[in-house]
Parts: sequence; structure tokens; C-alpha cells
Amino acid sequence: MGFIDSFKQNFIEADRWKYLWDGLLTTLEITGAAVLLGLFLGFIIAIVRCTYLKTGKMKLANILCRIYLTVIRGTPVVVQLLIIYFVVFASVNISKTFVAIIAFGINSGAYVAEIVRGGIMSIDNGQIEAGRSLGLNYRQTMTYIIMPQALKTVLPALANECIVLLKETSVAGYIAIADLTKGGDIIRSQTFSPFLPLLSVAAIYLVMVMFLTFLVGKLERRLSANDRR
Amino acid sequence: MIDVKGLKKSFGEIDVLKGIDEHIEKGEKVVIIGPSGSGKSTFLRCLNLMEKPTAGEILFEGKDITKLHEKEIDRVRQRMGMVFQHFNLFPHLTIRKNITLAPVKLGLMTKEEADVKAEELLKRVGLPDKADEYPTRLSGGQKQRIAIARALAMNPEVILFDEPTSALDPEMVGEVLELMKQLADAGMTMVVVTHEMGFAREVASRVLFMADGYVMEQNTPKEFFENPQNPRLKEFLSKVLV
Repeated sequence: MGFIDSFKQNFIEADRWKYLWDGLLTTLEITGAAVLLGLFLGFIIAIVRCTYLKTGKMKLANILCRIYLTVIRGTPVVVQLLIIYFVVFASVNISKTFVAIIAFGINSGAYVAEIVRGGIMSIDNGQIEAGRSLGLNYRQTMTYIIMPQALKTVLPALANECIVLLKETSVAGYIAIADLTKGGDIIRSQTFSPFLPLLSVAAIYLVMVMFLTFLVGKLERRLSANDRR
Repeated sequence: MIDVKGLKKSFGEIDVLKGIDEHIEKGEKVVIIGPSGSGKSTFLRCLNLMEKPTAGEILFEGKDITKLHEKEIDRVRQRMGMVFQHFNLFPHLTIRKNITLAPVKLGLMTKEEADVKAEELLKRVGLPDKADEYPTRLSGGQKQRIAIARALAMNPEVILFDEPTSALDPEMVGEVLELMKQLADAGMTMVVVTHEMGFAREVASRVLFMADGYVMEQNTPKEFFENPQNPRLKEFLSKVLV
């Protein structure tokens, strides 16, 4: 069978391209929402951890955060996804996509937290002292002085975390979500030709990752240009 | 204005301040000198509670500020400026924003009022054309002058200077000391930790010598430098005044 025939069989016949298209949309939906959830969780955890490290307050919250970080970073994301779907939400009738968003968001939050914490801790303590000596309270000092500087340093690392997450969602098929990877696999199982469907899936991921990497590079160049002003 | 009674500060096992009693009047310019590790910076940083004292009292206008709640401490700090060795300007903000941030965010001035104040202060520190620059574009001496302007924007009762010229290249020390002299002449209450003996001699109303966590000797600058009593001070002066 020639390439043209194979292409027709895998993508044109029975509108099989739709598996890839719908899968791509699902992948993007899960990634986008999980990134937002991950950023939200990550920032809260980073702030709790830094507040504890810098002031000694929020001791209990800090302990909870450390448990979360240890468990999430110490177990595979697929296992977390399975547990959240089959154990946590076992008795609830709930959208699988929603479950995936929760699972990947919680997972990503742990990594975001450590990135942001590193960013905050990298800002010289003299900046906090300068803010506090002017009479700003801890929260104001964090909001107006520390966070804007920390954010700038961690932005590229956060963008990379988004890229990692995009690829990690490819395990969503474990709970029978028809994401991009699963879409290609469904075509393979129907046509019994693995080559084109799976390589197409890989190519689509690659293009998206390359595009995002290009954006991160642009962002980094803009940030470093600001440093030279 | 500031009364210090039995002030002690330890970091873990190390006793840095071992009992300091001091009284600072309004309008006084107190210069603190001493060898490194003598506790002079720690003493200064206790005055606005950047360091929490281990024991003792610090009375600011009659109130013991070591017993205050966090919120009240913030309010005390609004009236005590501080200038740091490493300037600690906010690198992500323009010079104007560096100066106006605190008064505006604390609700003491509107943005417009603060901008006018900033113009005025920039003129006073001799950098009227730098308002829209970022700190990285300034020299060390200019940075420190902006840091002083930032402290002044809060209309403080007293300014604490923590080795304000120690991180500067020699040719920039003069411009900062000159500005501090102007402040002193204008009647600002100042507490200055420094190694600049010339400044101490010329500007101080009183010079304190600290060593081993105690104030070993204090006097008017003339007596202090011409007629030192404490052997430690004699030794110290013989090393720094060559």
C-alpha cells in the first residue's frame, strides 16, 4: 500500500482525522485548565512556604504544604491520575476531563510551587528590609516589591512547566479520555497501521512544543533586554 | 526622643549586644563607631526593630516599641527612616516610583502629591533629571542619594544610617556625606553607623564608641577624638587615624 492510500485509510476514511482533531482540542482544554489550576495552587503554596521561611508564621500550613509537595513529587502522575479517578471520585458521576484537569493541576502545582519559591527566595533580603523599614507591612512588601521581581525571574521556568504539562497530559488515556495520544491510538487500532497515526501524533506535539519554546525564548530575550535599560 | 534601656540582643549562642542604655534627643546627630563585630549595626537595627531585641526596652516618644503589635511597629517605622549600606533600591521601579511607593501605598499621600514631593526631593539630592531612570543606570553615590530621598519622602522624625558609604567607591563617598551634612544642618535627627571619622568629627553632636556589645565611651567629637579615655578606644583610634 502506497503512502497516499495509507494516508486516505488512516485519516480520510470514516472521517478518522476527527479523532486527532477532537483529541487535540481535549488535550489543549486539559492542559490550559490544568496550567491555571497549577499556577493558582503553586503560588499559594510558595507564598505559604516563603512566609514560614522568612517570618516563622504559618507553621501548620507549611507542614501541610511540605506533605503535599513530597507526595506529589514522589509519585508518578499516572498513578495520581488513576487514584483521583478510581478512588477519590469513584462514587461520583463526573466528567473525565474534569478529573484530568484536577489531577494534572494538582500535580503541576507542586512543581510551580518550588519554582516560585526559588524565585522569591532568590530576591535579596535587603529588598524586604527596605520595604519594611518604610513602614510597609509584610503583605504589601511581598505584593509591591518582592513578587514583581520574583515573577520576572521565574517566568521562563514557569513557561517551561507549561510545556512539560502539555506532554504529560498524554497519559490521560489511562482513564479512557480521548485526548490527542488516545486519538492516534484509536486510529491505529482501527486500521492496524501504527506508522502514520502515531507519527502524526508525535508531530503535532512537536509543533506545539516548538511553538511554545519559541514564545518562551522571545519572552526571555524581552526580559533580559529590560535588565539592560 | 529615643530611650534605650538595658538593650540586649543574641543570635543563638552569640551575645551581640550585652546591655545598652542610651538616650537620643530630638535634633541630635549621633555617630557610632567601633571595630567590626562590635554590635553597632545590630544596635542601629534594633532601634526600628529590624532586629527584635532579646531583652530591654526601646522607648520612642515615650512608648516602649518592643511591646507593640506588628501593625503598630509598621506605624513606628513610617516615622523612622533607614538608609542601608547596599542602598536596597527597588530595581524593578523607576526612581520616581522608588520614592513614591511607600507614601502612596500607605495612604499618606495621593499619587499627585507624592510625585510633587519626589520632584522636590530629587532636586534636594541633586538628581532632578533621574526621575524616570531605573536604579541600574545610576552610580553607587547616586543610588545612595536616591535611597536617602526615599527615606525622606516619608517625612521621618529620625533617620538611621547603616554604614551608608561603606559600599561606595572612594570618589563617591563625598557626595553622600555632603548630602548627609545638609540634612544635619536642616535639623534632622540622625543616628549614623560609619567608619568616616571626618564626618563624625565635623557633623556629630555626640560620638559613641562600641566594642564587644557595649558602648565603651561617648563624648562630644572634640573630646572624643582629642582626649580618649578608654584603652580600647585609644587603640582603635590609633589604627584608624593615621
